[in-house]
Amino acid sequence: MSRTKAFLFGQTAEHQPPEEYTYPLLPPPQSTQAASASPSSTSACAAPSSCGCQPPKPTAVDTPYKALLKADLQEAEPADGISRREMLQHLLIGVAATAAVASGCSENLEKGSLNWEEYFKKNYRVMTAQERTDTVQRLERLAQMRNEKKPSIQTKNAIPGVLYGYAFNISKCKGYMDCVEACIKENNLDRKSGMQYIRMFEIEKGKFNVNLDHADGTYHHEVPAAGHVYMGTQCFQCENPPCVAVCPVGATWKEDDGIVVIDYDWCIGCRYCQSACPYWARRFNWHEPVVPNTEVNPIQHYLGNRKRKKGVMEKCTFCIQRSRDGKLPACAEACPTGARVFGNLLDPNSEIRYVLANKKVFRLKEDLGTEPKFWYFMD
Amino acid sequence: MTPLQDRTLFRFFRDVLRHSVTGSLRYHLWMGSLTFLMALGTYAYLIQLNKGLGVTGMSDYVSWGLYISNFTFLVGIAAASVMLVLPAYILHDVDFSKAVLIGEGLAVTALLMCLAFVTVDMGGPHRLWHMIPKIGYFNWPQSMLTWDVIVLNGYLALNLLIPFYILFSHYRGRSPKKALYVPFIMFSVFWAVSIHLATAFLYAGLPSRPYWNNALLGPRFLASAFAGGPALMILILHFIKQNTDFPIAEETIRKLALIVTVAAQINLVMLGSELFKEFYAPTHHSQSATYLFFGLKGHKPLVPIIWTAILLNVFATLLFTFHRTRNNKPILLVSCTLLFAAIYLEKGMGLVVPGFIPSPLGEIVDYFPTWIEIAVTIGIWALGFFVFTLLVKAAIAIEKEYETHHRSEPH
Repeated sequence: MSRTKAFLFGQTAEHQPPEEYTYPLLPPPQSTQAASASPSSTSACAAPSSCGCQPPKPTAVDTPYKALLKADLQEAEPADGISRREMLQHLLIGVAATAAVASGCSENLEKGSLNWEEYFKKNYRVMTAQERTDTVQRLERLAQMRNEKKPSIQTKNAIPGVLYGYAFNISKCKGYMDCVEACIKENNLDRKSGMQYIRMFEIEKGKFNVNLDHADGTYHHEVPAAGHVYMGTQCFQCENPPCVAVCPVGATWKEDDGIVVIDYDWCIGCRYCQSACPYWARRFNWHEPVVPNTEVNPIQHYLGNRKRKKGVMEKCTFCIQRSRDGKLPACAEACPTGARVFGNLLDPNSEIRYVLANKKVFRLKEDLGTEPKFWYFMD
Repeated sequence: MTPLQDRTLFRFFRDVLRHSVTGSLRYHLWMGSLTFLMALGTYAYLIQLNKGLGVTGMSDYVSWGLYISNFTFLVGIAAASVMLVLPAYILHDVDFSKAVLIGEGLAVTALLMCLAFVTVDMGGPHRLWHMIPKIGYFNWPQSMLTWDVIVLNGYLALNLLIPFYILFSHYRGRSPKKALYVPFIMFSVFWAVSIHLATAFLYAGLPSRPYWNNALLGPRFLASAFAGGPALMILILHFIKQNTDFPIAEETIRKLALIVTVAAQINLVMLGSELFKEFYAPTHHSQSATYLFFGLKGHKPLVPIIWTAILLNVFATLLFTFHRTRNNKPILLVSCTLLFAAIYLEKGMGLVVPGFIPSPLGEIVDYFPTWIEIAVTIGIWALGFFVFTLLVKAAIAIEKEYETHHRSEPH
């Protein structure tokens, strides 16, 4: 079984979007046919019919939040239990509606009020359950307004009694990079810059050392190459993560199941965590990330693979949207050689515990005391 | 001039504003050129805001560059004003009393530039409110960056408050009450040391980057700051002495030169100590230093910069060390310029960039600033010169008027 990793290199060029996004004729809001995702389409609307700013269909209105939108767009109807937040929203939408008469485009105003609420929302960690639900609804609605594939954003918490761990079998890995490809697709990684959470290194046999001094992270030829071993790195979800301590705004933290996550909407983009990480696991959005609409994975988690924006940090989360659903991370599922072992460290019968108990395992830079939950081993 | 009895806070600011908009043709040309450079920087920054930090030379490999280099250097300049404050107020060394207001103006300017450099380096500057305690989430005391935010803003407040009180008192023809401001000055002396140590700890607290994870980093920051800062002060005081009739004693410059000499010598001793540690028995942790001084695997963009810095540093320190060259004014001005340039190169690009190379996974990716970064940097330096000129011009005008009316009163 021999493959090349050409798919990775061909892919970035192929999906390169045009420099300027143009929307001569926008498809209806719920369509998924738009050519590509746009960060902000702010075309001035002369008439609602020509710009796609149609009120949402009543059938889509099912939550209290959307009821408010309906109230604005159609006729006011009493909503019970109006909170202060909702009162504010009423007010904002009221102001917006007045202006709407002049501009003739209420969708831009709805978008404005949603973005306003998004801007002032809290750090995910201190949000109440209701606030989490609200922000998810706003994010889903905003995605819809951008004519993106409608995401389903989960806020599932850590499962009690679960601590995730990962082991990587250096003897088995052949460097096919199916894991990298699966990761890109699963986690909606920026196609424009060719972002990858997983790094694959090719090392000549006999030159292996834990400092990766003779490792080639840019190999581009048929694999496996004779006389070489392959070793992948990604975020090791340290038990003692240095990246978390340094964050000035607490935008990154370790969840109860051991996954180190980032609140993309709270990150200020100072990149201190990137300096603090001894494993080069963090990636920054140097540009507005681009994922073609047809390739967006809509099954998302707030702390995982949801849409990121420019100027924020991101990283591997052991596919939090999958692992908390009892699935393997995409990389482990995609691996054709069985080199990747993932499981619950607290379950004595798990495969990961078997590896830790029976194989000679090691971790990178153990001297730093970061306690990665990612082990390497050889058969 | 406003009569003394009518001098309110409002009129103080009005008169300060008047001082800043009136001046010679040369003054207006100077401020005009700075405004042009600031506009250029703003233009470049708007491009960066619009497209993202990808328009800079930074990457996931070298994730801090020219901005944070300048920030680090300027924290040192701000801290160095303590070298004027300490003798002037605490040791009652009258010689420094005129220079100290200028020193505090320099501290304020350097801090504003620091804040500007940090802000332009942010991926989400509009989300900076997340850092406000209570409203946002201030990760104190874990994050060294939050310590730095506290000490820098505190130091800015102190350095605005003290000169404001002294100048406002003088503006109203009064002698400022020592009991009111000396405690704050004592406080600011300790505070100055803390701003540069906190900035050093920001780097030194990262075991992931062995080049920075070094106990000497903090002391070395202080030594280089106390050399570079007062060297800049000498140049500024000389310029003010030449171009205004603001009385600055020659003794002030001589004492400052002595401070620079000692600090520059200590700095060189520490440099020697660092070089010994990195190269006598090089380990895997010496790779960044190797990259900086000799190049690594054919990558050597910083080699000419660091050797230029070291040569200038050693040469300037020698000129400071010998009495004959230090006491010769034209030579002193040259050695101050050389030393300032040396420390800027060494502490800026020479400290921040090699810390990232090689990456924690051993990869070598160079960093070259783009025109946008350079334009933004020039814009912020222009902002600094602009603010400093305004502050000093107003301070000199107020002080001169006070001197003519209250010549007999001690400071």
